[in-house]
Amino acid sequence: MLEIKNLHARIDDHEILKGINLTIGAGEVHSIMGPNGSGKSTLASVLAGNEAFEVTEGEVLYNGQDLLAMAPEERAWAGIFLAFQYPVEIPGVSTTYFLKAAINAMRKSKGQPEIDANEFLNMAREKMKLVDLDDRLMTRAINEGFSGGEKKRNEVFQMAMLEPALAILDETDSGLDIDALKIVAKGVNSLRGKDRSFLVVTHYQRLLNYIVPDYVHVLVGGRIVRSGGKELAHELEANGYAGIAGAVEQPVG
Amino acid sequence: MIQTMTGKDAWLAEFEQFEAQSGKSPEWLRPVRKAAIASFTEFGFPTLRHEEWRFTNIAPIVNTAFERPNAEGARIDRNDLNRYRFSESDSNLFVVVNGRFDAALSGKGKRSDGVTVCSLADAMESHRSVVEANLARHASVRDNAFAALNTAFVEDGVFVHIPKNTVSTEPIHLLFVTTPAAGAIVTHPRLLVVAEENCQATIVETYAGLSETKYLTNSVAEFVLGENAIVDHYKVERESDAAYHMATRQLQLSRSSNMSSHTVSLGGGLVRNDVNAYFGGEGGNCMMNGLYVQRGSQHVDNHLRVDHAKPHCNSWEFYKGILDDESRAVFTGRIIVREGAQKTDAKQSNANLLLSNNALVDTKPQLEILADDVKCTHGATVGQLNDEAIFYLRTRGVSKDAARSLLIYAFAGESIGQVRVAPLRDRLQELLATRLAHGESLTFGRPYEYSDDFNEIVRNADRRRHTS
Repeated sequence: MLEIKNLHARIDDHEILKGINLTIGAGEVHSIMGPNGSGKSTLASVLAGNEAFEVTEGEVLYNGQDLLAMAPEERAWAGIFLAFQYPVEIPGVSTTYFLKAAINAMRKSKGQPEIDANEFLNMAREKMKLVDLDDRLMTRAINEGFSGGEKKRNEVFQMAMLEPALAILDETDSGLDIDALKIVAKGVNSLRGKDRSFLVVTHYQRLLNYIVPDYVHVLVGGRIVRSGGKELAHELEANGYAGIAGAVEQPVG
Repeated sequence: MIQTMTGKDAWLAEFEQFEAQSGKSPEWLRPVRKAAIASFTEFGFPTLRHEEWRFTNIAPIVNTAFERPNAEGARIDRNDLNRYRFSESDSNLFVVVNGRFDAALSGKGKRSDGVTVCSLADAMESHRSVVEANLARHASVRDNAFAALNTAFVEDGVFVHIPKNTVSTEPIHLLFVTTPAAGAIVTHPRLLVVAEENCQATIVETYAGLSETKYLTNSVAEFVLGENAIVDHYKVERESDAAYHMATRQLQLSRSSNMSSHTVSLGGGLVRNDVNAYFGGEGGNCMMNGLYVQRGSQHVDNHLRVDHAKPHCNSWEFYKGILDDESRAVFTGRIIVREGAQKTDAKQSNANLLLSNNALVDTKPQLEILADDVKCTHGATVGQLNDEAIFYLRTRGVSKDAARSLLIYAFAGESIGQVRVAPLRDRLQELLATRLAHGESLTFGRPYEYSDDFNEIVRNADRRRHTS
């Protein structure tokens, strides 16, 4: 469903992605691992359409469509979801309002009517339980005053509400204690299915004990230097990135 | 004859003529007017060299030959006023046309709750002792050209009297309109609100122009609160974009009195709002909340002065502005804590959102603290829409325009959310849409949550200030 071919991207004059090749099939869970500055988050941002990055070469096909030609909201309508590494605080906009706006925007793009208020509330309550979020957060401004764990769980909650076809998790595990990590992983696992693919970007192998991937890719210096099954994560854990063949380039950014 | 003259001399000549004509005014008012015109004679109009007017050039006003409106008043159609209402009820609307109270368009003066709302001209006789004791006794005319001219030309306006122990639950809506005229007309509407001890009331002022011609509204209002009185005040300025609007609000607080004063500036080409609060007794609370939304070449200057003359008083100033195109805003917040005014808690914040590279803001806090056991905080921000927040919203399927509008509304919503009159709050939300580009794309209701709890509002604002 997603084909990344020779993707190069830069921010300002700084080239970060130097030729990424990656194919994700429907229902697959891929994990991208790599040291700081290897380009993991850049890849996630570029796939979601962050205009701060400039794609200089390569292409990305999403269900055969040219993904890079689509605006961020069009990608969302097409089923792509990014769980942010650093979820943005938006003062003055309640989580309820925001989610309703998002769901209705998605529905509008498909020519469907707006969601019924009761249906929305029932759905929200059910999905909040999935990630143990206090429903009082629904009336608070998005991410404002949320703890680090609440912010990450809120991302998974939004993902559950929006039901994407391709979910990109950008270091959703970073900064979480083991209990929060388990909750996040439980939320993600409950959403796994044959029609939903995941790209799980992480710095730590630990997450992959709870979200077991089908494929693991090691990103170093803007390129994927190794790909393998889930056992690659354990190898990384044992030997570190330095022990990975080809991982010799200096990190960027 | 007057039309050929402008500037200070024109106003002085006009005053002589006005005084000769106004034979029916009460005797006691003459020295009040004389003192005001004497101050204007001494100080004249401020220029950019005047510290309090550094960023606001009033030359366009000084150089315009204004005329007083026809004494007969203008006939206006009641339906023309509908767009300025926020409530269906006629009985709470009181209308001032070209500076004169219009009884035919207004509700019943003596209300069932005991509150009096009537023409200020009438009140000078019917409520002489209260009016004489308060009119122009609080708002200073010294070195304040516009307050001085308003006082010198004071004739009519509105008098609101809330007797002791009276709780008035229905908001009193005062609508000041200026009608189309051949020349540039000037009105000097005056508002006097006397709220006696233990009373409670809500007063909304709306200023509007029924034409797009140039005119000057030179308005002064005095709010005199007795002990333990609670007054919520809203001033919604919706003048036509060619208009000049100069306004002074004097808030006079007594022991344990509670005032909130909201200043919303939407229209007008050149607007100045002076809001002065004076704590005359211990334990007073005063919140000054402001929202200005400017576009084109609009200029708005909000000038706050809070005088903590007594201990144990709290003041909050929250002013927010949204500026598009080449518009300009000035904010000056002066907090004075007098010697002995211990346990003063004064907070001030001014946040500005610039939607264009050509919009300009000058914001300036001024703290003069002469007591040593006080809390005073201030903060000012000038920023643009957050690109990260826009991207975040877009990744959730919200279009770019809708994301921008949502963030603008959220910014304004923190201010509108402090309006405690629900229909007025809804009206302001709609008005905001008409003043902003892409406002129409925001059709899915209110982006923010309201709170009716004053403490909650303050806590939220505190939290925001600390986290931003």
